[in-house]
Parts: sequence; structure tokens; C-alpha cells
Amino acid sequence: MKKLESSLTNMIIVLVTVAVVSGGLLAWVNNATETPIKEQDELALANGIKSVMGVENLTVTANDELKKNIGGKDYTFVVHKTSDSDGNFLGAAVESTTMGFGGDLKVLVGFDGEGNLLGYTILQHAETPGLGAKADKWFQKDGKGNIIGRRMDASKPLVVSKDGGDVDAITASTITTRAFLKAVNQAYAAYADQDVDAASGASKQVKDITGDDLQDRAAKCGTEE
Amino acid sequence: MNYIKILLNGIIKENPTFVLLLGMCPTLATTTSAQNGMSMGLATMFVLICSNIAISLIKSITPDKVRIPVFIVVIASFVTILQMCLKAYLPEVNKSLGLFIPLIVVNCIILGRAEAFACKNNSVASLFDGLGIGLGFTVSLTFLGIVREVLGAGSVFGVVLLPETYNILLFILPPGAFITLGFLIAIVNKLKKA
Amino acid sequence: MEYILIFISAIFVNNIVLSQFLGICPFLGVSKKVDTALGMSAAVAFVLTLATIVTFLVQKLVLDVFGLQYLQTITFILVIASLVQMVEIVLKKVSPALYQALGIFLPLITTNCAVLGVAILVIQKDYNMLEGIVYALSTAIGFGLAMTVFAGMREQLEMVNIPKGMRGMAIVLVSAGLLSLAFMGFSGVDGGLKQIFGLE
Repeated sequence: MKKLESSLTNMIIVLVTVAVVSGGLLAWVNNATETPIKEQDELALANGIKSVMGVENLTVTANDELKKNIGGKDYTFVVHKTSDSDGNFLGAAVESTTMGFGGDLKVLVGFDGEGNLLGYTILQHAETPGLGAKADKWFQKDGKGNIIGRRMDASKPLVVSKDGGDVDAITASTITTRAFLKAVNQAYAAYADQDVDAASGASKQVKDITGDDLQDRAAKCGTEE
Repeated sequence: MNYIKILLNGIIKENPTFVLLLGMCPTLATTTSAQNGMSMGLATMFVLICSNIAISLIKSITPDKVRIPVFIVVIASFVTILQMCLKAYLPEVNKSLGLFIPLIVVNCIILGRAEAFACKNNSVASLFDGLGIGLGFTVSLTFLGIVREVLGAGSVFGVVLLPETYNILLFILPPGAFITLGFLIAIVNKLKKA
Repeated sequence: MEYILIFISAIFVNNIVLSQFLGICPFLGVSKKVDTALGMSAAVAFVLTLATIVTFLVQKLVLDVFGLQYLQTITFILVIASLVQMVEIVLKKVSPALYQALGIFLPLITTNCAVLGVAILVIQKDYNMLEGIVYALSTAIGFGLAMTVFAGMREQLEMVNIPKGMRGMAIVLVSAGLLSLAFMGFSGVDGGLKQIFGLE
């Protein structure tokens, strides 16, 4: 076949055809992958919740999104309340985001009804590989900065040992450690705000959080780093 | 032309990383571990093979003056398809490669092969060329990833080989990418002469 | 204050070339002389800022409105490619002197991943228009800084007797590694600034 000449009509026809064909192809692929992508996101979240709650069989009873203003900045939390197969309240997994060393650090932290920290997982991070990126294992049960099983208390937030607390920082990554602990503390504050009735599993209406209340809590959860 | 020859040409004689020195951005950025390097290589190979075949098929109906825009559209379409498929079926890979998946579009290897090979040869030869160059790129990236992971994290494909105290962190940080590749190229140069 | 933070961070802390690995091809390719490095940097700064503005508008006014986010990659690269062509044509007509200085670098910029990378990053980081422009401009300055310093190093390398095997790209890459190591010294500066500005 002879090569098409570079006349204006030919060029326009070819460009338009190529654009239309590839646009159509992409629309089709987009359509076909939309559901799997959504399912993957949901699956990842469901697995995350299961792993931080430490229970295989659980039902997520509510996904409450709440926004809080702490120290002049807006933070968004998502509280996933869970109960076991018999309907007993287990606690909640809370999504919390802070600024890490290289960008947003998003964690999912699980608390039981009494406020014990059950587990955590890192949902998104941009920390340095080999340094801050170790946060996914460091604070786990067999890690050096183990925080699993801690009893959370709004008046006694988790603080890195360098700042007078009792959590060991990741080697050479104090900033990541601070950001991580802040995310956990704020997750707990958000969870406590939800005012959960631990015994029945029924959660009351989310309280209207007043400005004063927030300032209070902000002071408590160690944002003064 | 002999297809095996085209294949080997891409892997050894015209190895994109160590000989042609093309596609340096993903080479340096994604080789923090052997697995990341391999995923990036395979992702690029997929786009390269598809775009090579597509371009060799449409070469005769593409006027010369709009050649480049047409090639770019074709390449960008395959990159987007790859991106969506990764998101849907291998979200972990998509997460660890991040920005460098859409940036495959501007990888000079792909446009380079379209210009140098696919628009002159038939689709079967182009397929083998894509396979060869793609494999060459994958092998180089995996190798670079292995070296950096062993030195920097003491493991290969996540399997721990050395205790943590022997890790030289520098090698998985950005400077380590430049330095490792520099020394590997020096070794390749030495071997070529021998 | 946030703009100063974006500015410092994009130039020093997260330098586009030395820590993000974008725009490596021109960084290694046209850094033999300080003059050419400066020319390339100027051309990149111009196109990068312009491209960021245009792609930002395309994303917000077209792609987001019609729900066509999946066409992002293809649209952005076409916008950048045509923009480069247009700049070249306009420059040729309007300012032949500037065209003489920057002209040869322009075609190379289409395949400079820094341009597409920054355009996508601005959308990903959810910047507003002004933040996006500041980010693009600072990134370009960071690119220029890295290019110029590196070109200076390479001019010195010309005068050194280098072991045979290391000649060519090998020594260039190792020097780039050392420069990148030097820039790592800036890491954490953005965190400190954030505290000073009271953003954290």
C-alpha cells in the first residue's frame, strides 16, 4: 500500500479517526474497569478494617465521616464502626490523615470499646524508603516501637521518647514518627467524639462539636509538636 | 530478517538502559527494589509491544507530517488502558509505581522504537522488536533493583539475606540510584571491551 | 507563607531532578556546558509554567466537568506537544533572537517528563491555580539550579584524568549521585519552615 500523502484533508481525516478510535477504546476500557476499581478500593478498605480490628468476622455498621478543625487546620476522619457476627459492638477503625515527612500520611487505626489500640495499618504514605517508610512494621506488636494494646487516653497522648514520651522513634525518622503518632492520637480523639455506647453497640447521634470543645481537644492531643 | 536476531538485538546489543541510555527517569526512580524495577519493566514492555504493533499496522495510512501526533495518541491510549487495568486488578503495583505509569507516555524508548523500527517494518517484526527491547529494559531494571535492594535493604524480592545492621541505606535513597547505575554502566563498558 | 513553603520545598527539598527523578534525559544530555544548561533551563521554565496553566484549566473546565478524568494522560500530552509547537512558531516570528537561543531546546521538551509530571502532580496534589503556578515555577527553578550546578561540575570533569572504564556516562552518573547526596542535606528544611510559619 502506498503511503498517504500529507495533504490537509488526509491529515485531518487521519488525526480525527485516530482520536475517535482511541477515545472510544478508552471509554470502553474505562467502562469495563470502573466496577473492578471500585471493588478493589472497597476490598482494600474492608481488609484494612479486619486487620486493624484483629477479627476475621465482622460487620461494618456505620461509616461516619467527620471534619474537625484542630489548631486552625481542617482534618477529615472516617470512623468505621464494627460489630461481630452476633451484633456485639467491637469498636471502630478510624481513618486519619496528617502531614508526614514527604507528604500525606494516612493511617487506619482500630480501637475497641474501652479505647484500647487494637492495630493499625498505613493506607497511604510518601515517606522515604528505608527510613520513614518502615512505619508499617515499626509500631506493630513485634516492632521496636510497639504501640499495640495501649490504652488510649485523651489527656495522655502517645508521644515519641525524644519529646518526653515513651514511644521509640523509627531510626533517623523522628518527623515520620511524630506525624504517625499525631495521626493515631487524632484518630482516637475523633473516635472518642463519636461517644460510643460500648455495651450495646448503638452509637448515639454525632455530637455537635463546638469550637471550644475542639480547642480543648487540640490542646490535649499533642498538636503542639 | 531473523526474528530471534531482532529479539536478542533488543536485549543485548541495543539494551535500552546500559547501551542506548534511554528511559532514565523510570530506571532511576522505580528501582528501589527488585520487584518495583521488574513491574516497571513489564509495564513498559506491555505498552511498547502494543504500540509497536499498532503503529506498524497504521504506518501506511499515516501521512508523514502528522506522524508524531498520531504516534503519541496511540502510545497515550495504551498507557491509559494499562493504568486502568493496573488500578482494577493490581492496585499494589499501581500504588508503588504511582506517577511513573502515566509518564510511560514520555519514555523516549517507546517513541524512539516507533520512529526507528515500527514505522519501517511489518507487525510481526515490530512485535519481536518490542518484546526484545522490552525484555532488555525489564532485565536491566530488575538487575538494578536487585543490586540496590541487596545493598540498601539486605533483601532480594523481599526475601531477607542480610541482617539490618549491614544495610547501606544510601543505595535505596535517590543518590544511590545514580551511583549504582554509574558503576553498572562502567562494568558493562569494561565487559564490552573484553 | 504556604507559597514560600512550596517554593523552597520544590527547589531544594524535593528537587525535581535529584530527588523525584523527573527530567533526567535533558539533565544528563545537555549539561555539558553551563551556557547550554542555562538555555535549556530557561526554555523548560517557560514551557513548564505555561503547560501547567493550560493543563490545569483543561482539567478543571473540561475533564472534571464532563467526567472524563480517564482521558487525563492523553489530553495532557497532546496539550503539551501542541503548546511546544506553538511556542516555537510564535517565538520564531516574534523574537528571532530568543528563538536562536532557545529554539534548539524546544522540540526536546515534549518528551521531558518533568513537564507532564508536574502537570499531573499539580492535579494530584489538589493545588489551586495560584499554588499550581508557584509550584510549576519553583520546580523549573529547581530544575535550572540542578542543571547549572551539574554543568559546572561536568566542565571541571573535562579536565580530570578519569579511569578508562568510568569515562562517559558512568562518571557523569556517579557525579550526579554526589550532587543528589548534597541536596539530601536540605531534607527536613520544609518541616522546620512549617514550624516557623506555624502551619503545623
